Amino acid sequence: MRDMEEDQSPVAPAAAPPPRVYRHRLPTRLWHWINAGTLLVMLMSGLMIFNAHPRLYWGQYGANYDQPWLSIGSKANRGYLRIAAVEIDTTGVLGRWTDANGATKTWAFPGWATIPTSYSLADGRRWHLFFAWVLAISLTLYMLWTVIGGHLRKDLHVRRPEWSPGHIWQDIKDHARLRFPTGEAAARYNILQKLSYIGVIFVLLPLMIATGLTMSPGMNAAAPWLLDLFGGRQSARSIHFILAWALVAFFLVHIAMVLLAGPVNELRSMLTGWFRLPADKPRVGENA
Amino acid sequence: MTGLILPRRELIVRAGGMAAALPLLAACDRVNEAPAVRKILSMGEEMNRASQRALTDRDALAPEFGRADLSPVFRANGTRLPEGADYAAHAANGFAGWRVRISGLVARPLSLSLADLRAMPQRRQITRHDCVEGWSAIAEWMGPQLRQVLAAAGVRDAARYIVFHCADRIGGAAYYESCDMVDALHPQTILAWALNGSVLPIANGAPLRLRIERQLGYKHAKYLTGIEAVASLDKVGAGKGGFWEDRIDYEWYAGI
Repeated sequence: MRDMEEDQSPVAPAAAPPPRVYRHRLPTRLWHWINAGTLLVMLMSGLMIFNAHPRLYWGQYGANYDQPWLSIGSKANRGYLRIAAVEIDTTGVLGRWTDANGATKTWAFPGWATIPTSYSLADGRRWHLFFAWVLAISLTLYMLWTVIGGHLRKDLHVRRPEWSPGHIWQDIKDHARLRFPTGEAAARYNILQKLSYIGVIFVLLPLMIATGLTMSPGMNAAAPWLLDLFGGRQSARSIHFILAWALVAFFLVHIAMVLLAGPVNELRSMLTGWFRLPADKPRVGENA
Repeated sequence: MTGLILPRRELIVRAGGMAAALPLLAACDRVNEAPAVRKILSMGEEMNRASQRALTDRDALAPEFGRADLSPVFRANGTRLPEGADYAAHAANGFAGWRVRISGLVARPLSLSLADLRAMPQRRQITRHDCVEGWSAIAEWMGPQLRQVLAAAGVRDAARYIVFHCADRIGGAAYYESCDMVDALHPQTILAWALNGSVLPIANGAPLRLRIERQLGYKHAKYLTGIEAVASLDKVGAGKGGFWEDRIDYEWYAGI
């Protein structure tokens, strides 16, 4: 986001290409892709683990005889998702679906969404509990670099004027109208970006790890305060599940924003670091 | 998200997604089956075991609860009734003739009756049982500590693991489990003969089951017939230390 490149030719200013800035440093790019792959594995293997007992509870305990607040299942040849008293028919996607060979299955999440594709709690756990280490170690290193390396201070730090409701509201309106910043402003994160990146790196992902550890009986003995923090093992499991979908929601918005803001430019900057600043004047007929 | 939308989504998934994704899914499963991949993934278990052993208090107690926290129904899982005339005869006789052999690397091999075990000092604990599948149930257990039984038999220094032999067979093979000495000698590791103040029901492992409170449910071997101290797990079962570990690759260290 610094190091404006001196690549404008002094000879032919009229034909000057849009200026490029070095937007993402190597640790950011590296962690971004490691984390993207890791979270995909964590989600898909997590859905496999969920399939072993597709019911969620609040509190310390919860098993088949207890009342779940969320369940996915199959009855009378239909698949359903039940949240509290609301039951949604999900035949074909959740609870009852057809696998690649045309066989009807009644696991909660379908094979295309899980690792591995056919039911294996043991294998799902192997993937989940290995990549949990990749997630935790890479996140810890990235958090340290973010704080010590200045990324937090320079790029993610929300400045005082940005906190004003008027500014935040303006940014929300700009996003809703798909009006993205141009010129040098495009090189900086806007307030919603800052808040969502800080939220994912410093809140959501650490909470995922903490609720995951709260499900470990060994950790419960070593750190019983985790149970108190989340209200019991089954509550931690529920929160873990909800936060996983919060991360999916972040992913969907993130992808939508990348596509709308210019996928080639955005992707290039996350691969090479170099970002081409969009021209100041919005071009007619485009989303810019 | 009701009837109107779903059929269309179904169509998209089946017609478009599935056809395009088939090779991808098959590739994913090939990766999952590759021995090299499985070797890397299993490092996770070793890292969990090593880090929990190294970074946490080895004697830390699993949380204990009060009577108000008991699950209304304690779910039974795995074998609910061991097959065979032998077990049926013991059950009909109230397990009066049941013996548990303490063997292997011990100075004094023992053969203990339930009366012997009940005559030892008892530990009563209300703990949470966590199945590998994800559910939990809270119950009160009572029985002698395993470490007292091992002390009575004089377990030798060479012993590194304790193997639990069981009367139930799944698909013709005997269930068994094992743990290291840290969990074997842990104060909450007991040989439970009572559940919620009554004699242990058959579905929950009568007449005797292991409680190993810092690990998942499949480690809590039921229908105990033998406790064996060994130096290595290589020659026990298929060598991975447990029935499910041998067959479907559940982790031997189930503390997470």
